[in-house]
Amino acid sequence: MTSVDATPEATRRPFGGRRVRFGDIGLQLIAGGAALAVTILVVLIVWKVVQGAKPAIEKYGLSFITTVAWNPVIGRELYGAGSFLFGTAVTSIFALILATPLAIGIALFLTELAPKAIRAPITALVETLAAIPSVVIGLWGILVLGPILRTTIEPWLHDVLGFIPLFGPPSEAGASVFTAGIVLTIMILPIVSSISRELFLGVPSDLKEGALALGTTRWEMVRGVMIPYSSGGIAAALILGLGRALGEAIAVTQVIGGSVSIQWNLFATGDSLASKIAASYQGATSNLEASSLIYLGVILLVFSLVANILAQWIVRRTARKHGIVRGGHA
Amino acid sequence: MSASGLTAPGFHSKGMRRRRVVNFVMELLAWGAAAIAVGVLAVVVFAVARRGWSALNTDLLTKPPIPFSTAPQGLANAFAGTIVIVGIATLMALPIGILVAVYVNEFAPASIRNGVTMVLDILNGIPAIVIGIFVYGLLVVGSGQSGFKGAFALAILMLPFVARSTMEVLALVPNSLREASLGLGIPHWRTTLSIVLPQTIGGIVTGTVLAVARVAGETAPLLFTSSLVGNQTSWNPTQPLQTVPVAIFELSESPDPADHARAWAAAFILLMFILVTSLTARWLANRSRSKIAGR
Repeated sequence: MTSVDATPEATRRPFGGRRVRFGDIGLQLIAGGAALAVTILVVLIVWKVVQGAKPAIEKYGLSFITTVAWNPVIGRELYGAGSFLFGTAVTSIFALILATPLAIGIALFLTELAPKAIRAPITALVETLAAIPSVVIGLWGILVLGPILRTTIEPWLHDVLGFIPLFGPPSEAGASVFTAGIVLTIMILPIVSSISRELFLGVPSDLKEGALALGTTRWEMVRGVMIPYSSGGIAAALILGLGRALGEAIAVTQVIGGSVSIQWNLFATGDSLASKIAASYQGATSNLEASSLIYLGVILLVFSLVANILAQWIVRRTARKHGIVRGGHA
Repeated sequence: MSASGLTAPGFHSKGMRRRRVVNFVMELLAWGAAAIAVGVLAVVVFAVARRGWSALNTDLLTKPPIPFSTAPQGLANAFAGTIVIVGIATLMALPIGILVAVYVNEFAPASIRNGVTMVLDILNGIPAIVIGIFVYGLLVVGSGQSGFKGAFALAILMLPFVARSTMEVLALVPNSLREASLGLGIPHWRTTLSIVLPQTIGGIVTGTVLAVARVAGETAPLLFTSSLVGNQTSWNPTQPLQTVPVAIFELSESPDPADHARAWAAAFILLMFILVTSLTARWLANRSRSKIAGR
């Protein structure tokens, strides 16, 4: 009894006490060191990747971004990110356009419509979709999905909507920007839908019930209450999904075909920033080509950093607006 | 008298019917969206299972690939390499991930906590292919590829995942437990190591298993760090090692149907491993979560 009362101050407040505990300091230093190391790692990644791209950055500067060329022939070397940026933009935006309504529909189904008994299993199944490795989706994309799209869907879309430049004649190669877009849709769908689902679960039930009590239909309640309430979070989810789509290398490399050009035809082959890097893994012909490839990585890194920070900023701002810390409302 | 006096004005009007039709269509579309997601999962898993199962044989696991040969071929080198590289990556990422989580949850002031959490999110958002280029520039240029360097790249991908999942279970440990321990005069560090962390073992294990399942299928970080390999089966991480995802990637680009068959078989084994481990881990996580919270 008395021994417990001997140093009450130090016992209650481990840091404010009079006694210095070396164990506390030691663990804090080791654990804090690990946290510091992770922070340094992120800085190191940015620094090292930029450094690797330096020869290309010095030679081409910002004009690299708009140059549509990838010519490794010695003497006529010219590299630029233009067509890959275009390919990245087209495939990612295409995936986002397809995935957004689907993901919101899935999230609404899982929170509002599905019978209680199947909610948990369906949620688990949708999340399982995210666990499939990109190389396996790519394998399926190139050997199963690609041929189906080329022989049926693409010719049909070309016949019906061929007057729009997006739906040009299908490529002979069996690979296309269109296939890459579908594959990316499959890959970002589980991310966007599971974040949207969490957001919808967080909509206060008194707001939802209030709307229903005013005589709205379920859809009007969703449109008037749930979507506006979670719109900030959904925007963040879409940005995260976009970040994932931008950075996906393997599956896109497998199905997109690889070509250097800017064309509006979705059924032609193309290349994205990430897929160009992945496709060149067996080596570059020159140091300039290697550093140009890393320059593509720098652009990708900038995109992913911007997307991430933007998404976090939106999440924090929305959380503040709703007066809750994300996930912290009881 | 009809019941119209009891219902809202306009209840039977044309507008109401239109609103109900819109509602019905929207609900139908939401059902359809869920059906598409589940359908895609079923189609992909079924495609891999059907083609993979028929190509599956023991040669795949025991024999190395022999280019330009009609002898039975396998991918033994890829399976060995994946085990070695993922194992080393786990050994690297696990302790650091746990330490980061301990620091953030048990020691750091709120401002630093937010900062480290943000850094983890940013690291998590960096594309795997960029991590590959980073390790290439940091370690591979000049000295060549190796299994260790591949494992280092995978460890970077695992790190935020392990740290985040450990933070989540640490947050579930009731504060009364910490206070009881500190109240008995046990120092903060011992409280953390012998009272708080043991409560989270289950959660850390499931988090690690999920992280392993995630990186076992990663191809992009290995392309530049451990992909230019011979065909012998090797367990030596100081040399570049073949891995299952890289092997699938290379075989999928081949024009030879026999290569495709091996790619499907390897994809089947990889997918089954990932699905079984991640579903089991998820199930265990739900169980241990309710156990910690209920205590």
